Amino acid sequence: MKGTGTLTALAINFLVLSLLAFGGANAVIPEIQRQAVEVHHWMSGAQFATLFAIAQAAPGPNVMVVTLVGWQVAGVLGAVVATAAMMGPSWVLTFAVFRAWDKFKYQPWCMAIQNGLAPVTVGLVASSAFLLARDADRDVVAFALTAATAAIAYWTRLNPLWVFAAAAIVGVAGFG
Amino acid sequence: MTAEVQPSRSVPVQSPTLSDLFFHFMLISAVAFGGVLPWARRKLVEERRWLTEREFLDTLALCQFLPGPNIVNLSIAVGARFRGLPGSIAAFLGILGLPCFIVVILGALYSRYGNLPAVGGGLLAVSAAASGMILAMAGKIATPLLQRRPLESAPVIVAVFVAVALLRFPLPWVLLVAAPISIGIGFWRRG
Repeated sequence: MKGTGTLTALAINFLVLSLLAFGGANAVIPEIQRQAVEVHHWMSGAQFATLFAIAQAAPGPNVMVVTLVGWQVAGVLGAVVATAAMMGPSWVLTFAVFRAWDKFKYQPWCMAIQNGLAPVTVGLVASSAFLLARDADRDVVAFALTAATAAIAYWTRLNPLWVFAAAAIVGVAGFG
Repeated sequence: MTAEVQPSRSVPVQSPTLSDLFFHFMLISAVAFGGVLPWARRKLVEERRWLTEREFLDTLALCQFLPGPNIVNLSIAVGARFRGLPGSIAAFLGILGLPCFIVVILGALYSRYGNLPAVGGGLLAVSAAASGMILAMAGKIATPLLQRRPLESAPVIVAVFVAVALLRFPLPWVLLVAAPISIGIGFWRRG
């Protein structure tokens, strides 16, 4: 039976993690795993891995793993509490920073900061593409899927949803 | 389907209403398989044209340096830019509401059917396609940067890629080192 103690533990955990999640949920996944499995014994390691895979596969941000952990631990109420706690602090911070930023963004120093941050961001996006491809491309078919999707999304205006549908069919039909 | 996108960029675009923000961020989340950012870029830059390529990149760059998922921060920023506090709430609920719902349904389904091998194969194929989608996005946001400021941008892009993707340095440290250096280059090469 899950009482307010569990909900409070969920809330405190994710309120703290919210402000540490630089670069998104992936930065704090190991800590979420440690808290859920080793500290609070809410679930087994295998259960956590399954929740993580579902969050990855589902549409929406990967941070949805937090919603799933809350749901697993304390049902719908747990899902709501965990999600709100994870989003609240970073929401306030982001809103405040962008309000301030809009006032200054045409100042020379602000533009220099933007020009400096832009290539760093490109490097990070390229890195996540590489790391994700390395894990997913276990055979020639998967590699071809990555290359084909990249080419179609870069050079054409075709909606990539069609590629994803085709990919899912290829996958279900049995490779990997 | 909204596969056809007008190539012309000269059409003036009205600034989005609250329901536009909620609705279109929800549409982004509904189709965003394997990572939301490429789908958000497609919607915001190519389809709705609420942001230019450069505005998207600048907003995303700032989001990288704030805690929280980049796409959630991006929705807050875009909402706030067009409609202030109500706008940021509308976009935020749009991007998160549906995925919260879907993911719990999927969790319930998976605990019943997840052991079928076909499900695992499908998931793997989708993530292969997702990595291609992110690769294309890297190319698209890099293109205007490399055209306009190649000497300043290219070394930073390569250095960050090597540090994060190949050497697997922790992200916070890479950001702490790369950002000041890159901003310094920006100041030095200014004007």
